[in-house]
Amino acid sequence: MSHTRENEAAMDEANGATEAAPRRGRLAWLRDVFRMSGEKSEPRVGLVILGFSALFIAITARLVLLATLPNEQVGLRRATATATSSARPDIVDRNGEVLATDIRTVSVFAEPRKILDKDEATELLTAVLPDLDAKELREKLGTKKGFVWVQREITPRQQAEVHRLGIPGVGFVPENKRVYPNGTAAAHILGFANIDNVGIAGMEKYIDSQGLQDLNGAGFATESTDLKPVKLSIDLRVQHLLRDELMKGMERFKAIAAAGAIMDVTTGEVLGLASLPDFDPNNPVDALEKDRINRMSVGVYEMGSTFKALTIAMALDSGKANINSSYSTAGGMMRFGRQVIKEYHGTGRTLTVPEVFLHSSNMGSIKMALAVGVEGHKAFLKKMMQLDRMTTELPESAAPIVPTRWGEINTATIAFGHGLAVAPIQALAAVAALVNGGYLMKPTFLKRSEEDAKKTAIRVIKPETSEAMRFIMRLNGEKGSARKADIPGYFVGGKTGTAEKVINGRYAKNKNFTTFTAIAPSDKPKYLFLAIYDEPKGYAESGGYSTAAWNAGVTTGKLIERAAPILGLTPRFDPPPSPFPLMAKLGAWGSR
Amino acid sequence: MVSRAEPSLSGRWWWSIDRLILTALVALMVSGVVLLMAGGPPVAERLGLSTFHFVNRQAAYLAAALVIFLGVSLMSPRHVRRVALFIYVVSLAMVVATLYFGVEVKGAKRWLTMGPLGSVQPSEFLKPAFVVLAAWAFAEGTRRPDLPGTLFAMLLLPVTIVPLVMQPDFGQTMLVSLVWCGLFFVAGLHWFWVIGLGGIGAVGILVAYELVPHVRARIERFMDKGSGDTFQVDTALESFAQGGWLGKGPGEGTVKRILPDAHTDFIFAVTAEEFGIVVCILLVVLFAIIVLRSLFVAQKAEDPFIRLAVTGLALLFGIQAAINMMVNLHMMPAKGMTLPFISYGGSSLLSLAIGTGFLLALTRRRPRAVDFGSYRR
Repeated sequence: MSHTRENEAAMDEANGATEAAPRRGRLAWLRDVFRMSGEKSEPRVGLVILGFSALFIAITARLVLLATLPNEQVGLRRATATATSSARPDIVDRNGEVLATDIRTVSVFAEPRKILDKDEATELLTAVLPDLDAKELREKLGTKKGFVWVQREITPRQQAEVHRLGIPGVGFVPENKRVYPNGTAAAHILGFANIDNVGIAGMEKYIDSQGLQDLNGAGFATESTDLKPVKLSIDLRVQHLLRDELMKGMERFKAIAAAGAIMDVTTGEVLGLASLPDFDPNNPVDALEKDRINRMSVGVYEMGSTFKALTIAMALDSGKANINSSYSTAGGMMRFGRQVIKEYHGTGRTLTVPEVFLHSSNMGSIKMALAVGVEGHKAFLKKMMQLDRMTTELPESAAPIVPTRWGEINTATIAFGHGLAVAPIQALAAVAALVNGGYLMKPTFLKRSEEDAKKTAIRVIKPETSEAMRFIMRLNGEKGSARKADIPGYFVGGKTGTAEKVINGRYAKNKNFTTFTAIAPSDKPKYLFLAIYDEPKGYAESGGYSTAAWNAGVTTGKLIERAAPILGLTPRFDPPPSPFPLMAKLGAWGSR
Repeated sequence: MVSRAEPSLSGRWWWSIDRLILTALVALMVSGVVLLMAGGPPVAERLGLSTFHFVNRQAAYLAAALVIFLGVSLMSPRHVRRVALFIYVVSLAMVVATLYFGVEVKGAKRWLTMGPLGSVQPSEFLKPAFVVLAAWAFAEGTRRPDLPGTLFAMLLLPVTIVPLVMQPDFGQTMLVSLVWCGLFFVAGLHWFWVIGLGGIGAVGILVAYELVPHVRARIERFMDKGSGDTFQVDTALESFAQGGWLGKGPGEGTVKRILPDAHTDFIFAVTAEEFGIVVCILLVVLFAIIVLRSLFVAQKAEDPFIRLAVTGLALLFGIQAAINMMVNLHMMPAKGMTLPFISYGGSSLLSLAIGTGFLLALTRRRPRAVDFGSYRR
């Protein structure tokens, strides 16, 4: 029986063999996959041996590499990498003039553990470096630290003298010292770097935030020549004259502070920016005093009548008003609950839009703003970037002070520039958008082309509205409060702004904050000028007036007079044939 | 002195022991104390202890370690397995105990206070015992497929590393897992799994890099020196640069004063600074001798248990040394791992004595009994 059964089994197997062979091969493979094959362990230990050999050879190779590396300088540099001044790129103006650069100096350090006679070392060092505090130095040398600074950034002569002392454990490290050849000229733009050459304010800080410190950490960039200079939008000549005129103005008008800026409205580039009082970045001991802030970007102010330009542009752009709309100012005052708003230069008659601007009519502005409505007003100012913090490359910035509850009364006051405090640079950007055809771009301190500027620009108003704004600003320059700045040949347009300062929560009658914004040339604006005075006083020629035209306006006129030729603005003594075609067509007031 | 003629205990030991490994180990132990004289004092001073605090303690531990080391090396493979099982159970219990009674140091509970004996780090003792047990299980798995040896070995890993992860101690976890993987590989894992699991591991690292910010930061910090805090590694590299070929001379080191963990994780760098890179290379050679010699012995061994256990112990020893040296040399991201026999640490030293004792015991030449180590192909 068993025999036959075996036979059968064999037969079956033989029959199935042909088709089962591949499957069995697969099965065997599968079984193999799940089986531990102990017989493989001998060659596999061989593989482990190979792996370890490679590992140990790699470690040895790395050791040899480290040993053959030139170590002395690398070592010193690494040991002091966190302590010494790293290199910074030069900062140059738009024409390549150096604004900030590094020079090589030497610092003295000591290794207290290597100094044998600490008293003698203290005595000798203080004899050569008289600025040192002997007590402090003795304490430093008494510690068990491996490295202490004796004095940073000494002169070559001092270095030679210290060297001649021959104290063991005292050495020198080359360092970079930041210098600003133009001193105070562009202080608030450049900011400054501390003794370790780390930028801590202004563009210097901005440069660091762009990854310079990482570069240093990686051991690159040990000399400033290794780095590409940073090209600013600033024109050093313009910057100088801006600061100069503001200095003169501050003295003449006895203001407590002054600020100014010149901007290219087609690119948003800031050509010059000054805020007085300022500081010397070479020795910024007083930079942190309270009155040294950058008033253009850190101070927030109620911009006064300058804001009327925004109100009018909003009304015109919304279609709620056109250039020929008119507004009654009869009565010379408006009531909002218990609040009364008066006209400053009351005329008492009905004014067209250009006249509202010319006479700086509060009532006209209020009526235009109310026509748009509270929500529309808010939305427009938001669009014009007046309600949020404006960030430029400068790390110092301030958020505007916006009313927490914004009712009709707020819209009414903000319409003529009270009740909303913004940074002047913010207002500058908005005015630039009003006159450049309607493109809002963030001001920049880095040089950029018009194409690049256009890429980030946002259209905020229609080109027609922009033309109307240019038109009324020019009218104001010709006939209105901006006459002081109407430098012949440059077709200047402008707007004054005088706000009463808020002292202890009340508007102080005799303390003004004055601004003057001017554009040139009005038919196709290229440059925007802004001057600001804080608490200017009246003077003999002004008949005691301290309103914007008599100080900020005068200064702006001087600025245009001096800056325009430098900036290559050609004077035209015949007025352009048809500067505002649309306004002429509409027969706007003053266009004939 | 030790004659082959009279089969005394010491005589048998001396003639059967692998004297190359023994010499290298003893050389390492001695140099450990010498090198700690460089790395220990600055840390001791910083902590306000007496200058030679660490050196003295290490020397005392070394005396105890030598006794354990010699004692363990006398054992037979059977004893080794039993002792390993005992140590494993006890130390695993202690590791679990750390989770409840441990002293928290730098955010991890790894230490148990043992009254007057000071504190111990039980995970150190777990390592050699784990390796021996895993090797035993794998060996049984291949030798007797009817027993679930491989399954047991596979269970051994989670049982061991889960408490380690909870401590948390990722360095030890990584080490234990790597050795276990090595053992599995040597035990005859099919290439299908080796490549497959390797691939999964690589994908896992990639996923961790993409998703876990901590891992990403660690790796990026390693790849790019500019980003983040690289103080330790920079200072370590500085030690090598300052030391040069021949070093500054004993006691002359300066970088070691600012180097954190100069007596433990970064003692290799301190060695370079004071004794020179030549001495570092000699240390590498000593480690290489121990590891490679053990592996060659393992390759020739006929008993699968011996082969796997020796391979595992050599892996444990070699990987730990290699990781420490590579971290010092900035060849891999920072990972807290001590250099065997050189770094300061009582628990570590005693555990190493047990581990290398096992290694010596298992690499002894022994008469090939016909039944013992019979190998069915």
